[in-house]
This record gives sequence, structure tokens and C-alpha cells, in this order.
Amino acid sequence: MLRLPPYRYHRPERLDEALELLEAHGAMARIIAGGTDLIPNMKHGLFTPDHLVSLRGLGELKGIEAKPKGGLRLGAGVTLAEVAASEAVLGAAPALARAARNVAGPQLRNAGTLGGNLCLDTRCTYYNQSEFWREALGYCLKKDGDRCHVTRTGRVCVAAHSADTPPVLMALGATLELASPRGRRTMAIRDFFMPDGVWNQKREPDEVVTAIEVPPVEDGLRRRTAHGKLRVRKSIDFPLLSMGLAAWFDDAGTVVGLEGVVTGLGSRPRHLTRFGELALGERWSPDLMEALAARAHAQCTPLENHIVDPDWRKAMVPVIMRRTLEQLGPVEGAA
Amino acid sequence: MSVHFDVVRLRVNGDERAAGVPSHYTLLETLRYGLGLTGSKQGCDKGDCGACTVLLDGEPVLSCITPVHEAEGREVTTVEGLGRPDTPHPLQSAFDRFGAGQCGFCTPGILCSSAALLARDPDPGLDQVRDALSGNLCRCTGYTKIYDAVLHAARVQRGGGES
Repeated sequence: MLRLPPYRYHRPERLDEALELLEAHGAMARIIAGGTDLIPNMKHGLFTPDHLVSLRGLGELKGIEAKPKGGLRLGAGVTLAEVAASEAVLGAAPALARAARNVAGPQLRNAGTLGGNLCLDTRCTYYNQSEFWREALGYCLKKDGDRCHVTRTGRVCVAAHSADTPPVLMALGATLELASPRGRRTMAIRDFFMPDGVWNQKREPDEVVTAIEVPPVEDGLRRRTAHGKLRVRKSIDFPLLSMGLAAWFDDAGTVVGLEGVVTGLGSRPRHLTRFGELALGERWSPDLMEALAARAHAQCTPLENHIVDPDWRKAMVPVIMRRTLEQLGPVEGAA
Repeated sequence: MSVHFDVVRLRVNGDERAAGVPSHYTLLETLRYGLGLTGSKQGCDKGDCGACTVLLDGEPVLSCITPVHEAEGREVTTVEGLGRPDTPHPLQSAFDRFGAGQCGFCTPGILCSSAALLARDPDPGLDQVRDALSGNLCRCTGYTKIYDAVLHAARVQRGGGES
């Protein structure tokens, strides 16, 4: 039996009320949306807020809207189940629906939200454990301790970013909108994450993610998206590796753009470098996919922040990349 | 922070219920220790196993990680609300007939997930059943008899077989 620490619960009905509550309670408050990440962490004693400010009552965080030419606007409060089943998302960016569908099991997708997935706390073998377990090891850098047990120097927290929708959203060039008592701002999701496992987001603790926008496709181009995931048990486990791809093709079926983002390794999702260049001006082919899989393999270095063997996870990088690339093709075009 | 108590009003299995519970209670703790509805089980208690699955507005969620206040104003359905001893739900009859429960600890959660599936899709295939139950762990049965029972209950509900 895992008890929650005592807290008071608030369910405001408007965003400005929520922001007032967050300002009034400051560091003693935390935001709760679906609660599927926060509540287990609170049960493990990782957070002990005096106040929870729920976003469930906020109508302005709901809804998915298809915009012209493959654009999308999604409220941060839509559930992952809603994203996975949305006709608008399936039409404009099917990999976003697939990524949402690839998160956990049905019960968790019915509660967890898209905004919550973007703000998911980083995860580590030495962190997501009970108070009893963590105390036995003398705690860790991320919570109550002063050294990281994963790396040799132990001075930087490398808890893994473990959410599935950000790689797809980053590959698509999506943006998110934030609201706080100080005002509103918009940010590219690729700029949202930082390489520090203790707190890996540029979001302030009292900032609420309100909406996510996927950009439209340029005239004359076609966009394809893909999501791939490695995990031990399909419906329970967080990703050992999660990747999002977006590719743009011209009428002839030639690649004019390719973005690949991987996560589950370090503390933030990472754009693969010198990746899209391999494909520019090329037609989609088995040789191209093999070259892309090799490039991903060279750039991904799993750490011992997961209990699963890093060597095996490294060996699985090109396997998952190949399977994910296969979702993008074949691409027909005028000869 | 000191424990604060609230009177929580919930609509559970069609009844308006009220319980005085600590404000940090989960929906599962309120059901079991505030309202005496012990059908929903406390398994892992951290959102992994699915034994605490209940329906909120008809959708399966994990009551062990749902703050009780999140359920206010919504329709809560637990295994006790699916059927009565003299009028069991077709799923309950099918689980009995097929031996789909062994130790029985996962069964209430599996019945709730299955009931939501049949309400949404009266004619599911094996893949849909497996998918709908992918968040419910069973360590006894190996799932085969559970899938058989759910598919049978779907046939019965469509009027295509004896319960």
C-alpha cells in the first residue's frame, strides 16, 4: 500500500484562476492534469506539495482543431486517448496519434494528457523507487542526495527523458504555448528541453502548457511522419528508446527534408545531426534507410539510467530506426 | 502539512454517495475505505497492474492514482455496478462459465475494462480484446480463458449464444 502525502486539492474553472492559485501558493503548489506521472511520484515521496492545482476543469485547454494544409492546434488538456483517436491528428500527422497510442495502456491514456506528456518528469533506475529503496542507497542527485549513481563523475543528473510525443512534435517543428502569472509565451518544442535530468524543461514550475501547434505543410510538398518505440512490456513500461521522424517529399517522390529525433537516452530528446542531409535529393530506397539507421546507431549512447542492458539498447537503435523508417515509405512520385 | 478532511460527493454505480475522507485520498481509497466498496482491488497501488480499474464516465481509469476530487461530478462505475448476484452482467456469467478467474484479484479490473470495450464495440475481435485488456495484469490464467470469456460475452450480448 502506497499512501499519498497530505495535500489540498483545487479545481479552478478558468485558466486565470489556476494561475492565481499557482502564484498564491508558489513553491508549495504543483500542477496536476491527468496525474498519471505526478501521483505515482508523490506516492514514492519524490514530491510533497501542499497544494495540487487541477487543470481538469479548464475548458480552454480542451479540443483538437485541424488547420489548413496539415496544421493542427491541440489543447494541452486533451487526453492521449483523444489524440490517438482524433481524425484530425490521424489525417495531418498520423505519427502523433501513433506516439500517443504507444504510451502505456488504455487506462493511463484515458487519464494522461498531451500537455502532461510534454512535461513528464525524467526517469531513472535510481529515482523512480520508493523512499525505502532510495534511502538504502543514500539517495541520488535528482532527489535528496548529492551524487548521480549512473555516471562515473556523478556530478550531473542523467535521468532519462521518457515521453513519446515530444520526438514526433519536435521532428514536425511544433510549438507550445505557456501561460503563467507573468504572462504568456510561445516556444519551439525543440527549444523547450534542457540537458539536466533534475529539471529538464524551460517551463517555470508555475507555468502551464496551454496548447500545442503543428505547422502546416508547404505548398507542393507531401509530409510523412513516423514513431517507433522500444520497451520491455508494451502496455506498462516507459520507452527504452523512442523516436519521431518527419519527412517532406516533392511531387517526384524526392526527399526535400528529413528530421529525426530520439529520446529515452539522456535528459532531453535530441535531434539526430547530419541525418536529414543523407536523404536530401534522394528517392526513398532500402540503401538510404540502411545508411540512416547506421547514422542513428553511431549517435545514440544508452546509459545505465535504465535497468535494461545499455549494450542491448544500443544494438536495438538501428533495428527500431529501420522499422520506423519503413513507416515512411514507399513513396510514389511521377517518374 | 496536516491532514485535512473533506466531505466528498460521488455518483457511484448510479447512487449519490457522500463520504468524509482525508482530502488526499485516492478514488480507490475512498471507494474501499470510505464507501465500503471493496470490489476494486489495491494491487501495485502505483498505476502499473490494473487491479483498481474503474470506469469514469464509461472509460476505464486507474482509481489508485486518481485523486478522489478528480472523480467529483463524473459517473463512477465499479465492478459492483456491473451486475447483481441474481442478475449478473453477461461478462460475469461468461467468466464463471469459462473459468476466467483463478485467484480473482485482477478480475474486477478486467471486468471493468471488458465492460467498457463491449459498450464501445459490441463485436470485438481477439486483437481488440487483447488491446483493451493490455493494462490489466493477470498472473494466474495466461489470459486465454479471459479472452474466450470476453468474446463469448460479446456474442451473448448480441443475442448470439447462451450465457
